[in-house]
Amino acid sequence: MDLPLLWFILIAVLWTGYLVLEGFDFGVGMLLEKVGKGDKGRRVALNTIGPVWDGNEVWLLTAGGATFAAFPEWYATLFSGFYLPLLLILVALIVRACAIEWRGKINSETWRSRWDWAIIVTAWIPSILWGVAFANIVRGVPIDENGTFTGTLWTLLNPYALLGGATTLVLFLSHGAIFLSLKTAGEVHDRARAAAKTMAPIALVVAAVFAIWTQIAYSVAWTWAAVAVAAVALVAAWLWGNAGSYGKAFAANALAIVGAVVLIFGSMYPDVMPSTTDPAYSLTIENASSTDYTLTVMTWVAVFLVPVVLIYQGWSYWVFRRRLSLEHMPEQHGFPTLRKSKASA
Amino acid sequence: MKGRTVDVLDLARWQFGITTVYHFVLVPLTIGLSTLVAILQTAWNVTGKEKYFRLTKFYGKLLLINFALGVATGIVQEFQFGMNWSEYSRFVGDVFGAPLAMEALAAFFLESTFLGLWIFGWDRLPRKVHLATVWAFAIGSLLSAYFIIAANSWMQHPVGAVYNEETGRAEMTDIWAVLTNNTTLVAFPHVIATAFLVAGTFVAGIAVYWMVRHSRKNKDHADLPMYRTAARFGAVVMLLAGLGVIITGDEQAKLMFQQQPIKMAAAEGLVETPDGPAPFSILSIGNLAGDDPASVQHLIEIPGMLSFMATGSFDGEVLGLEDLQEIYAERYGATTPDGEEIEYRPNLLITYWSFRLMIGLAAFSAALCVAIFWFTRKGRAIDQPWMKKLALISLPMPFLAASFGWIFTEMGRQPFVVAPNPDGVDEIMLMTMFGVSEATSVAEVAISLTVFTLLYAVLGVFWFLLMKRYASEGAPSPEPEEVSSDPDRPMSFAY
Ligand code: HDD
Ligand code: HEM
Ligand code: HEM
Repeated sequence: MDLPLLWFILIAVLWTGYLVLEGFDFGVGMLLEKVGKGDKGRRVALNTIGPVWDGNEVWLLTAGGATFAAFPEWYATLFSGFYLPLLLILVALIVRACAIEWRGKINSETWRSRWDWAIIVTAWIPSILWGVAFANIVRGVPIDENGTFTGTLWTLLNPYALLGGATTLVLFLSHGAIFLSLKTAGEVHDRARAAAKTMAPIALVVAAVFAIWTQIAYSVAWTWAAVAVAAVALVAAWLWGNAGSYGKAFAANALAIVGAVVLIFGSMYPDVMPSTTDPAYSLTIENASSTDYTLTVMTWVAVFLVPVVLIYQGWSYWVFRRRLSLEHMPEQHGFPTLRKSKASA
Repeated sequence: MKGRTVDVLDLARWQFGITTVYHFVLVPLTIGLSTLVAILQTAWNVTGKEKYFRLTKFYGKLLLINFALGVATGIVQEFQFGMNWSEYSRFVGDVFGAPLAMEALAAFFLESTFLGLWIFGWDRLPRKVHLATVWAFAIGSLLSAYFIIAANSWMQHPVGAVYNEETGRAEMTDIWAVLTNNTTLVAFPHVIATAFLVAGTFVAGIAVYWMVRHSRKNKDHADLPMYRTAARFGAVVMLLAGLGVIITGDEQAKLMFQQQPIKMAAAEGLVETPDGPAPFSILSIGNLAGDDPASVQHLIEIPGMLSFMATGSFDGEVLGLEDLQEIYAERYGATTPDGEEIEYRPNLLITYWSFRLMIGLAAFSAALCVAIFWFTRKGRAIDQPWMKKLALISLPMPFLAASFGWIFTEMGRQPFVVAPNPDGVDEIMLMTMFGVSEATSVAEVAISLTVFTLLYAVLGVFWFLLMKRYASEGAPSPEPEEVSSDPDRPMSFAY
């Protein structure tokens, strides 16, 4: 196969991995208080992703690194052009990592609830912004003859892109609610189930509007197939969710996210960043890619390593497969205050 | 490509410097401490002694607090090349992207997945499997260092690539050459030795602090043998790592002399080419900032030492900055496309002092190391109050030394971001000013610089307070978790 095309597909695969996995991490984060209700419940919800969230985030780092290696021009134009949204995403990811890791380190209600709010807010921000970013790539942005983005922040905030943001938002909310239903028991589970019930139809409707707009305005005929698959999957996720088959509902929802990625990448192809200034300036998989030599090397690396990664990541999900409930939460392990009071020293 | 306004360049450089130095304060501790914790846990598995278990838990907690911020600050690094240095990314991506992608695939997945298994798996995994997870984590962090150093070394000394005139970029021809760049092969052990020096000092420093505290209050305190073990363990690590740092540092100096002679001369404030053997300067005064190199005066110096460091012989010839400036100008061009004269001499003040601080600050670890061996000989415990002070003062020093090492390496490379390889393809080089993004505005970089600096400052305060709090509570004495697959029992650890 043509190497740039292969890497275009591989990068779509990496993004799929990222959106499917960190998608439910963000969903869990956004629903933390809604489903958790109070300190202990939030703890149950958070610990469903506890052992795996960092590994899930590495899919993003890999997608970023792979884009740099396989399509340097794309990497350069995209990240320098989408500067401020990316900055916001980075700030969110930074705070989130510290919040998750540090929230239990001090055993104080205030300390925990502040970090928990940080976890919630920093899940909302990227959930919206990733959709905005991808929709803008599909739609095209002003790019000059040197491959340089010439727009501003306002260029990126158009109705179509905002709808894209709403789409990832509702998809992740639904995904997270289904994941929580699958991974919890007891009262937390009941609230997760209720959230999943509400979110599934909303996700279906918003995603459908976005998909149809994409199809009509920016896409090609064959991606209707992806849209159809995603639509069926979202309906199935909804029905299975209502029927209490959360494993199946989760798989169906993941399939819907796959469909969305196929739609997005299928619409872009053969461009990776269409230019609205002049189609001749668009970055394509040919003119933005690395040399065949580099792509060959990277292909071998990916062929060997991606399966290995999938195996051990899969294993870690297996190890932590049991459902969590309020009874499973151990004692708080932190010290009572951040600074030691003189009396206790 | 033309140079951008100085403003974007300056801000982008400040941002890169601040965020990277910050990341690298956390990195060496993660790399070194993960291995040391793995060794402690292995000792527990093999001997079954409680003290090793407690030390594993104690230093493990500190490792986790540190790791969180290490990960958080690393994410920025991954995207910053594209955000602020997009022209650089276009120029080097074909070569430089590969090790970066490999780092994520081969190292970050390993680190993050197995760390999760380690933290949450105490009661879920059989002991041996659980032990393997901490080793997988440690190996992951070493691998990540290898790939990123390979990427960085390529900027110091480009190999395995050619310049393509048509596309105007460097293109990889030999990945093996990139991964086995001789610069990488000495920089990697130097950085790893540094990481172990940092972690060894950290382990020993905290242990000494506790030993003094306990033995002042109660000569037979039950925890004394445990801290004594930790202090001696840390001291052994410091000794080995210290030797490693010196040996590999010496190798680096020799390579640097061949590959970036002007960096070496700058490190020495060596303005004119000496007639005979070049001395190593210990203290110089004068205007090191570079506007008036003639004012530099060397007060204390070791005759012939620089010649020896650079060439391996006490009378080898070392060129001074003035001659090198001419040589560089002739070889790489005297002026920019805008007609400005190119200054090939890096900032003397920074290179000169950062080089000396890198080497000099390690003296604290050396002192602590010797003192620990002496005062813990024949089963003794340390109770000298001044040792507590020495331990606490020494603790941050290798962190600082490591930062100065990087500041030296990276600032000494200026004005290049990709320094030319004197024996390689002449066209593979890029000046920092041409690497900066075309699309970003001053406002954008200013915003992100401010946001990152403030955010890092706030998180740094939490990091410090948490580390301090956990260190100053001492080693906990928990019961080892029992391994069980009972789905109803509480988690052994939860956030
Ligand atoms: C010598 C070692 C070294 C150096 C020079 C760097 N890093 Fe680093 N990095 C690590 C060693 C490391 C590590 C030991 O693997 C970390 C540090 C703390 C941690 O938790 O993992 C890490 C974390 C880390 C992460 C988060 C990984 C995760 O989520 O698990 C990213 C994305 C980067 N780094 C990227 C970079 C980039 C792009 C750098 C270049 C400017 C860089 N690092 C310099
Ligand atoms: C972790 C240790 C590192 C530290 C502490 C460090 C430090 C610095 C500093 C202080 C600068 C600013 C130089 C200046 O403003 O003149 C700089 C520049 C730079 N470094 Fe590093 N660096 C590190 C590792 C790396 C690595 C591993 C890479 C690449 C893989 C890298 C790539 C760059 C680039 C692209 C610049 C360009 C910006 C500039 O020159 O100002 N650095 N670094
Ligand atoms: C005898 C002592 C030492 C010598 C001769 C030495 C030598 C060097 C040299 C020549 C470089 C620059 C390489 C280049 O730019 O090409 C370097 C970089 C560096 N040094 Fe040292 N060093 C010594 C001690 C230390 C100590 C004690 C530390 C930290 C604890 C340290 C940490 C670093 C780091 C982190 C770098 C930057 C990374 C790199 O380029 O490998 N060094 N050292």
